[in-house]
Amino acid sequence: MKRYSAFAIAREAVRYHQGWERAWASPVPKKEYDVIIVGAGGHGLATAFYLGKNFGITNVAIIEKGWLGGGNTGRNTTIIRSNYLQDPSAAIYEKARSLYETMSQDLNYNVMFSPRGVMMLAQTEHEVRGYKRTAHANALQGVKTEFITPGKVKYLCPIIEVNGPRFPVLGALWQARGGTARHDAVAWGYARACSDMGMDIIQQCEVTGITQAKGQVTGVETSKGAIKCKKLAMVVAGHCGVLAEKAGFRLPVESVALQALVSEPIKPCMDVVVMANTVHGYMSQSDKGEMVIGGGTDGFNNYTQRGSFHHIEETVRALVETFPMISRLKMLRQWGGIVDVTGDRSPILSKTPLGNCFINCGWGTGGFKAIPGSGWAMAETIAKGEPGALAAPFGLDRFKEGRFIDESVAAGVAH
Amino acid sequence: MLLLTCPNCGVEADETELSAGGQAHLKRFAAGSSDDEFESYLFHRSNAKGVHFERWRHSYGCGKWFLAARDTNTLEVFGTYPAQTPEPPKDLIAAIKKKRPDWKGFAK
Repeated sequence: MKRYSAFAIAREAVRYHQGWERAWASPVPKKEYDVIIVGAGGHGLATAFYLGKNFGITNVAIIEKGWLGGGNTGRNTTIIRSNYLQDPSAAIYEKARSLYETMSQDLNYNVMFSPRGVMMLAQTEHEVRGYKRTAHANALQGVKTEFITPGKVKYLCPIIEVNGPRFPVLGALWQARGGTARHDAVAWGYARACSDMGMDIIQQCEVTGITQAKGQVTGVETSKGAIKCKKLAMVVAGHCGVLAEKAGFRLPVESVALQALVSEPIKPCMDVVVMANTVHGYMSQSDKGEMVIGGGTDGFNNYTQRGSFHHIEETVRALVETFPMISRLKMLRQWGGIVDVTGDRSPILSKTPLGNCFINCGWGTGGFKAIPGSGWAMAETIAKGEPGALAAPFGLDRFKEGRFIDESVAAGVAH
Repeated sequence: MLLLTCPNCGVEADETELSAGGQAHLKRFAAGSSDDEFESYLFHRSNAKGVHFERWRHSYGCGKWFLAARDTNTLEVFGTYPAQTPEPPKDLIAAIKKKRPDWKGFAK
């Protein structure tokens, strides 16, 4: 792999950009791998990357039904934060956030991480108390956040209407080191690094069955033939239930549609991420100038990657109330992704009832921010056969034991 | 927009009038059940991609619960029926099988 650098750009500039190589190879699948990862989204690719980087396991295939990064990795609103209430969540999301800080250097790929600050508005007394509690919890967890006044909110983001008629801004939970990153670049950067380590990324290859013998996984049936493996990891987000059914077990997960939309590009007007959970909406401005907008999920099971129109209306109404200046902005595009939601709104990184088969799912509406931490913890679980400190609290057994990591109260709508 | 006919009041309601209530026909377990049974009843869901039986409430209409059969992959609605039905009606199952020959049938 040729390194990307300022020198490389200069070199290619003088030879008409003829020398750029493909970022990753598209090989024919081998007969057998040490580890097969199903799902080449951010989480699957990050898992593969840290298997190679941290554990030297490189005989790995990453199998993808569509194209890499084409699921929720390419459909989110790119927000990165780690201001969670519960200790296990804060640990894994903070690990992820800290890995984002050096990701461009680690992968030699510009993921455009922009630690511009994330602000979660408190617009009711309950939220004020909740966010103050979170700020105290974060202080104990070593995650730097603070509860700021409406004056500071207005100073950081002048386009907010802090004296709104329905829900005036009473303060905010502010994480200065949160921000955004280029979502596609995260998938592409990991894919390039994995391919460079000798891993096979196999796109347009659907897993149609999981073969097993004596309670142990032995391989997968795919649209490109049978492939054997010693260990299998399912990292397929919204379709985890479909894949688990093929493996013979059920998950405590339901798949629903979550939508996002972007406006026409405008001049820079806000340089922070703002989330308004009471009114159900969040917004940031991309480097292209588009306002990137997200809201709540639909209530019913759905695999269509498009959501209900009335949710867009609710989200936009909420944001017009919070940011009156966007009222005449035109929306350019809208899309949906299928998110896998668990009962306690926390993810699952776990062994499964099938031997040597591991699962990483349940990130629900907030998976993008966790990609590097999730990959790190999942790689450890696969390599050692047992979850490490980061992944252990997120086991499937927590549902039987009633040991929930209850973030639905802490995170509200935008998780 | 998703339209479901409420079998209680007969209104063809759009989804802004309705609340989704999750998977229907769950087998309930009470005191004395094992941990596995409780876990399965409380948390494990079919989460089917395709034919799905589910509970709905006509919240901003008559306020009553009913059941619906729907395809989660195409959003096609096969039919609705009263909440007091312990299993999907036979004629509804037959109609779904006609439209979806590959469907494995109703399973709890």
